[in-house]
Order: sequence, then C-alpha cells, then structure tokens
Amino acid sequence: MKIRLLEIAHGRSGDKGDAANIGIIAYDDKGYEIIKKNLSVSRVKKHFNEICFGEVERYELPNLRALNFLLHNTLGGGGTVSLKHDAQGKTLAAALLRMEIEI
Amino acid sequence: MKDKIKIASGQGFWGDLINAPYVQVTQGKVDYLVMDYLAEVTMSILQKQKNRNPKLGYAKDIPELMKRILPVCQEKGTKIITNGGGVNPIACAEAVMEVAKNLGINKLKIAVVLGDDIKERIDEIVNSGSGLNNMDTDEPIVTVKGKILSANVYFGALPIVEGLRAGADIVITGRTTDTGLTLAPMIYEFGWDKTNYDLMSAGTVAGHILECGAQSSGGNFLGNWQSIPNMAEVGFPIAEAYPNGEFIITKHPNTGGRVSFETVAEQLVYEIGDPEVYITPDCVADFTSIKLEDLGGDRVKVYNIKGKKATDFYKVSCSYASGFSASANLTYSWPQALSKAKAADEILRKRLENLKLSFEEIRTEFIGYNSCHGPLSKEIDEDNINEIMLKVAVRSQDYDSIERFGKEIAPLILTGPPSVTGFAGGRPKPSEVVAYWPALIPKVLVKPEVKLIEL
Repeated sequence: MKIRLLEIAHGRSGDKGDAANIGIIAYDDKGYEIIKKNLSVSRVKKHFNEICFGEVERYELPNLRALNFLLHNTLGGGGTVSLKHDAQGKTLAAALLRMEIEI
Repeated sequence: MKDKIKIASGQGFWGDLINAPYVQVTQGKVDYLVMDYLAEVTMSILQKQKNRNPKLGYAKDIPELMKRILPVCQEKGTKIITNGGGVNPIACAEAVMEVAKNLGINKLKIAVVLGDDIKERIDEIVNSGSGLNNMDTDEPIVTVKGKILSANVYFGALPIVEGLRAGADIVITGRTTDTGLTLAPMIYEFGWDKTNYDLMSAGTVAGHILECGAQSSGGNFLGNWQSIPNMAEVGFPIAEAYPNGEFIITKHPNTGGRVSFETVAEQLVYEIGDPEVYITPDCVADFTSIKLEDLGGDRVKVYNIKGKKATDFYKVSCSYASGFSASANLTYSWPQALSKAKAADEILRKRLENLKLSFEEIRTEFIGYNSCHGPLSKEIDEDNINEIMLKVAVRSQDYDSIERFGKEIAPLILTGPPSVTGFAGGRPKPSEVVAYWPALIPKVLVKPEVKLIEL
C-alpha cells in the first residue's frame, strides 16, 4: 500500500547558510521505523532532484522519533544573496512530506 | 538558591508580535523575560543605521516596549535579558534609562555586554595569525577586505551571568547566542558550575526551544495545524526550570496556541545540523539525548540532556556588501494563466539579453505553481487555475544592470501576453545584497566586557 509521508509524520525546515535543514518527526514508534527505513540519503537526494545540488546528510534522533537532513547547496546562495522565493527553505519540510512510500 | 525559575520568551526575532512581551510579564508571574532580536541580516542593517547616526544601531522597538513593561517588571521583580543592543548596546541601555527616568523609576541597574564587535580589529586579528577563514569555503577574509559591513563574535551565557551577579535588573547585549539568553539565568540562579556540561547543555536546549518565540507553542506547526486553538492570542513559551537541569515548557493559561510533544519536537529539529554536535560558546549539546514527556495541559517535560565541553573558538559572523538585486512580480489570470506567465518570462529574458546586461543570476518562479517546491510541483490543469504570479529576480555586481532590469517590467503589460495585473508601486529598485562570512576565532583573542549603568 502506498501512503504519503504526511500521513505518518510532521516536521519543520529552515536554513543554515546555503544548506536547508529538514527535521521529520514520526507521530509514533511504528512511523519512526517506517521513516528510518524509507528515508535514506539517496532517496531524499533523488526526491529533491533539481532543488538540492549538493550532498545530503542524514541524522537520527530516536528519542524524538525524528530524522534530520541537511541538504547542501540548496537555497540559491542562502541569506539575502538568494533570489529564491523560499530563500530560507521554510517550505521544504512540507516538500519532503509529499513523498509517497510503500508500506 | 531558588528551587525553580520561570523564563519567558518575549520575541522570536525583530519584527515578532509586539504585544508578546507585555502578555508574558502581565498574564502571570515570570522571573525572566528573554528576547532575541538578532538575525544575521539584522546586524548589517543596524551597522548601517549606526554609521548614519552614532546614537542608533540597536533594536528601536526596545525603548517603546520598555515604556509598557518596565513598571510591571519592577513591581513583579522580573528581570529582562535581550540581545537587542545590536551593534550599539550602550546607546540602547541609555535609551532604556531615559524611559525609566520618564516613568519616575528611581532605581534600576542595567548591565551591558560589550566586546563582540570586532569590525575595527580585523587587521589586528588577521596579523595575529587567525585568518578568519570562511567556515564554508575556507577562503581568507582578506578576499572581502574593504567590503565588510559588520563583524561580531557570538558570546554565550557567561557575560550575562556576570551582569546578573552584579545585580542587574536588565541585561542588554550585542551579538549573543539566542541560547545564551536563556541559559544565563539558570547558571546564575542555580549556581551551576560552568564546567558541568550536561547542565550547560540543558539550559542551551531550553534556549533553543524558546529562541523562536511561538514556534514551540503552536506557531508554524506542520502537524495538525488546524487543531491549534486560538492562534490569534497565542501564548509564547515559558521554561519552568529546575536546578537539576530538567525543565518544563509551558505557556500562560488563557492564551492560545499549544505546547505538546509535537510542537516542542518541531522546534528542537529546527535549524540544526548534526544533532550530537550542537556547538555554542558554552558547551556542545547532544540533541539526541533529549527526552520529552508530554504531561498534558500544555506542559512538556524536557530531561536527560547530555553535553560536552565547549570548543576553544567563538563563531564570528561578518557581513559584507556583494552587489545588488531586484525582484518584480506580475499576475496573469485565467485562461492559460501559467502559459501567459511563461511567455512573459521568455519575452523579458530575450529583451534583457538584447540589452547585453550583466547578471550573476536571473531567477524565474511562478507563484501559485512552483515557487515553493520547484520540480516536485504537480502539472497543473490550466482550466482550473485562476491566476499565476510571475516573479523574476536578478542579482549582479553591476548596479546599472539591476536598475535597467527594473525598467523592463512595466512595459510587459502593454507589450506582452494579456490579462495581466498587479504592477503597482513603481519600478523595482535595486537593493544591496549583504552576504555572510561565517568564521571562527580563538576565544583567547576576544574578551567580553560587562559595563553597569545605574539609576
């Protein structure tokens, strides 16, 4: 069965220079196992094809049932240099939650 | 030693809800009000203001705010800690003193933290062997010599603690970490040892939860956002802190918003990198150690926080001038709104090309279609979309190219696709681009200084 990540997780994103940070939090332990299994570095990098032009780093925060991703070279230069409408990557957590996964 | 203190967040950034600090100090009893005003871009803006007028360079909202909250804070014994001093904390403190005098207050002590501004010391620091190399690119700072607008060291909690120990009612700092504002009163009130890095990390985590104001109490909540009650009167977060490093995040009763596992967790993952290595001047906190327990009733217990020794460096944030940019919008309506906007963009680009202008980047986004999620945006059915806003932004080191771009927008109305509107406010003007230069500096090269001003 296919579900959207949005159904089992929430999150928040922001900027760290030209990198975007995306924290994804599962609503329960089962959800955390699903996001841990499905949200690999390569899957996230592929999802953000033509948005993230750099490396993707992935970190686990099991106590919070959360994963944190750093997407380098993503915000068009970051800060006030960026010409992007979403120069701070505020909407990228929602963009990741669009992902459809098989469960 | 107190067995519990309440620290209230009053501002998440300069421009946040003006009434929030007033609500925090009047709706209940809090021991401290902490207010973060300094985003990176703010420092360069403040520096420009100070260059024009040596009495400016701080968050100008502060004196006006103090008029409202000082009498209450005096009556209730609430201390105020803020980094709103910007690049001129002394002038900020003097302005607050003036307000206090006008209110008839006859006893007030303000501690001012100085020494973070190293703009005039860059040559000396570089000569001493610290290249202030860019943390991202490793280029030496001489690359942008002559263009630097501001350069400030991020201090931590300790200079604030010194001010509190000197009996300050208010502590005003320049560039201090957001987290230091919250950690400082815990160190002071609970007599924490600054080498107890688990405790330093606990206060730092509390600071991270408070530093963005209502973002931990229901604001910008991506979970079930529609379920958050009464956002119009959202309560800003309060940390109820205990000497053992545990704390409870809550908010005043009878305010809107929500404090829950989910709202606090979203803030914890906000703008972090490697969660095991959250570096501040006070410690290296391990965010993977943090445990949350939702106690219900808008109370979340935060505990089990671990951390390590701080590094030997302070972070420096420099800003420098890096050319100009401008941005323009035009709105196209049904039918074929997106096709029209795309056609207009092509026409504009061809004209810019013919003019042989020089741009580092020309960026087109279609608001209503792809400006947030880019290529992840689904194909749209043009029959069902009522309007699309075309946004074109340009950046260049050449001022004239940016200015000329501004003159090419309005003509599209009569010389481009139909059913276009939304061009008001005149030609887009070039604005200066301020870029950032993050660097590290050995702590031994900078010394925070605490100055007391008394009434």
